[in-house]
Amino acid sequence: MTAVIEIRDLHKYFGPLEVLKGIDFQVDEREVVCVIGPSGSGKSTLLRCVNRLEEPTSGTILIEGEDITDEDADVDALRTKIGMVFQQFNLFPHLTVLNNLTIAQTKVLGRTKEEAEQVAREMLDRVGVLEKVHEYPIRLSGGQQQRVAIARALCMNPDMMLFDEPTSSLDPELVGEVLNVMRDLASDGMTMLVVTHEMTFAEEVADRVVFMDEGVVVEEGPPAQVLTQPRTERARRFLRMVLEK
Amino acid sequence: MAITPRRRRQLIRGLLYIVAATILVGAIASADWERIQRSFFQPDVVRRMLPEVLSLAARNTLIYTAGSFTIGLVLALVLALMKLSEIGPYRWFAIGYIELFRGLPALITILFFGFGLPIAFGGLRLPGGTLGTGSVALGVVAAAYMAETIRAGIQAVPRGQAEAARSLGMSGPRAMGSIVLPQAFRIIIPPLTNEFVLLIKDTSLLFVLGTTPMTRELTNFARSFMTTTQNATPLTVAAVVYLIITLPLTYLVRRLERRTARAR
Repeated sequence: MTAVIEIRDLHKYFGPLEVLKGIDFQVDEREVVCVIGPSGSGKSTLLRCVNRLEEPTSGTILIEGEDITDEDADVDALRTKIGMVFQQFNLFPHLTVLNNLTIAQTKVLGRTKEEAEQVAREMLDRVGVLEKVHEYPIRLSGGQQQRVAIARALCMNPDMMLFDEPTSSLDPELVGEVLNVMRDLASDGMTMLVVTHEMTFAEEVADRVVFMDEGVVVEEGPPAQVLTQPRTERARRFLRMVLEK
Repeated sequence: MAITPRRRRQLIRGLLYIVAATILVGAIASADWERIQRSFFQPDVVRRMLPEVLSLAARNTLIYTAGSFTIGLVLALVLALMKLSEIGPYRWFAIGYIELFRGLPALITILFFGFGLPIAFGGLRLPGGTLGTGSVALGVVAAAYMAETIRAGIQAVPRGQAEAARSLGMSGPRAMGSIVLPQAFRIIIPPLTNEFVLLIKDTSLLFVLGTTPMTRELTNFARSFMTTTQNATPLTVAAVVYLIITLPLTYLVRRLERRTARAR
């Protein structure tokens, strides 16, 4: 198997605060990796460094072998290969669902309007919100908005998807529909890096779970091992607290 | 027996009504109505001003306003982007420009473009004659105010919007143009309309350019009629025309503001 995302000795400072203290790990093709850990552990920052929404202080990140942290890297082109889903959905409120899905296809990939709309409908159908194609995002429920956001990312035909706590701002009854879409994606063989608090999802879907705390990877391995028989005390304490709530 | 608080409130209220009524009746009784009517509401003066007050003066006012608003808006957009630039000198220039023209009386800027430039550079004049000069001068001033409005609008768009656009592979300028600016302009439509109303009124300052009969705007037009007729009615006419233009706009601003307030 080849590494789709390879992170080497990644450090990130916010001012004097070191949030990532040397991260090394990789995500292989068709692999689903879930990153868990307490808030403030740096997991979202790590994810945002992968497509350089956050500028790493030092270290390298290879996307399909190409260094995205290189000064000469074509970051915009690399980003089209990396789909990203945000906690706050970040749909474009001034555009209809359809135009949310077509704008980057036409302006970045240079697809024609017809092509883009066909792809958009296909993806909306895949996430089960095709009937909302002409609505504005504000008219959709949180779960529908997040599914549209996933469809928007899929329209670029990415080779991998990053999920930044995709269900954390959803009402509890809407979490399931988003996780189902992600589950389908995983079983279709999408390479996924998911920052999440959904332990059941991680246990079921992830090939590997990475536990982060205070800017370092404390533990990683198959979900059965990390989630049920963690080796470190820190991971044990975190899981105890998460499962108690 | 002590007065109850309720009784006391009623008494104060009644007293306030009596005071207001007394002042009103007194003013109406003591005013020289015939003279007021002659000075401010003289029908034949109104007739002499028509139709030129509309076909020429109001038209020129709107041309000056539209011209300066357009120039101001374009300049303001550039200034706002400069002020948000990562490059120091651009930022400093924008800050300098905005502080300079917000700190000066508009009249100084108008005199500078109308007389300062021609004197300094051997008769250099802006294209478009007085209409051009006036529009540029007011536009330059308006840009300083609108730049701050646009900058605030851009910053009011959540950061996640630009991030989502960039994550889809859009370049910085494209994300700004296709995603951030359209949302920013929606947010600032009410304050921009307000700026437009202020500009309508500021066109009256252009009388200092000594405009010819063809380029006169409302205030200047009324002023010259006042001189020739020795009567104040032209002022009333100009005031009414101004209100016909500005009142619907201020009403529109209020409605737009209420709508954006609801949307949040």
